Amino acid sequence: MSTTSDTAAYVLGLADDALVYSHRLGEWVARAPQIEEDLALANIGLDLLGQARRLLTRVGELDGTGRDEDELAYFRDEREFRCVHLVEAPRSDFGFEIARLLWFASYQVELYDGLRHSVDPVVAGVAATAAKEVAYHRDHASQWVLRLGDGTDESHLRMQQALVAVAPYVPELFADDAASVAAAQGGVGVRPSTLWGGASAHVQTVVRRATLELPEPERMTTGGRAGIHSTPMGFMLAEMQHLARSHPGAVW
Amino acid sequence: MSAVPRTGDVREEICAVPDPELPVLSIADLGIVREVAVDEPSRRVRVVVTPTFSGCPAMEVIESDIRAAATRLGYQLDLVTRLSPPWTSDWVSDEGREALRRFGIAPASAGGPRVGGPVGVHLAARSVACPHCGSADTEEVSPFGSTACKAQRRCRSCAEPFDEFKAV
Repeated sequence: MSTTSDTAAYVLGLADDALVYSHRLGEWVARAPQIEEDLALANIGLDLLGQARRLLTRVGELDGTGRDEDELAYFRDEREFRCVHLVEAPRSDFGFEIARLLWFASYQVELYDGLRHSVDPVVAGVAATAAKEVAYHRDHASQWVLRLGDGTDESHLRMQQALVAVAPYVPELFADDAASVAAAQGGVGVRPSTLWGGASAHVQTVVRRATLELPEPERMTTGGRAGIHSTPMGFMLAEMQHLARSHPGAVW
Repeated sequence: MSAVPRTGDVREEICAVPDPELPVLSIADLGIVREVAVDEPSRRVRVVVTPTFSGCPAMEVIESDIRAAATRLGYQLDLVTRLSPPWTSDWVSDEGREALRRFGIAPASAGGPRVGGPVGVHLAARSVACPHCGSADTEEVSPFGSTACKAQRRCRSCAEPFDEFKAV
């Protein structure tokens, strides 16, 4: 039996993944290898931000606190965030970003496909719209992995290193926790472990076609869904939240 | 910006609200207005909209423009956002597609997105006509453009870059 607090915690995890990754993607503006890529990563971040806003608004209704999207995004402390470590990892080189995006978008394609049948009408509605967006994200990442992996010796090496660097973050994305199990039982959510097959099959296909190898992780991150985050998370939140906290209620 | 017709009819004026980022397109032609129900005795109008992309920043402007149109004509507005079924570029009207083309934006190819199929190099798979010279010999520069709803292409015949309305 799913309780309201389980449901809220589950939806908060989905929202925080999207919110935090949208911030990391936004950091690429003016830093990507070409201006088209500035636009692409910013657009992907914008889609994720839109998904996060709707999901956060829903969390405020579900958890009974009545907090709005801004209160949830800007006035929670680090321990109250429920995102996985993959999305909070600091920006690295372009290969790392593309490897991260390939995994995250492959996960989200499966996730939103499942959530279209959620008994929660808001979650189902967000998923229906987002499913089309994340298909573009996954395609974009896939195209880059093909080009970089099957490109020059240098781009092949860097893309392979990026897959190794991202590998420790991947299992956490597909790990079931109490909230997701309860949300799945209640028909609101899907168990993350059930998304592994489809997501990893896509990644594996792309990686192989790009003449790369999918590494086994040597260690695994854990704890994001319980509010335990890595060091860079605090710095990221300080930047993301400082304007709203310095000028509460500011609008423009 | 195109002049919005002031007909005095609340349904017509709401449907004629322009997309702030694509002012040649009304929100009705964009396909996001799903219902307009006018109740004359209570002077209330109920409008159901389905947004395009999750993060489209134009939606807030559109909502405030719908509200302004209703208020100007003396109606109370009940605005409902409906996410399901999701908006698709197939909902852009024929008039809207023609307006986009005249504005220099290739309308979305019919039949939904180009993505989701098997992995591969498929960039040449679609034929998109250049809105400037009409040539079908065009190529994709990036699937992401200046707004959430547009991709960037260039024409190999006339060499002009142009936007394409994304198929979703």
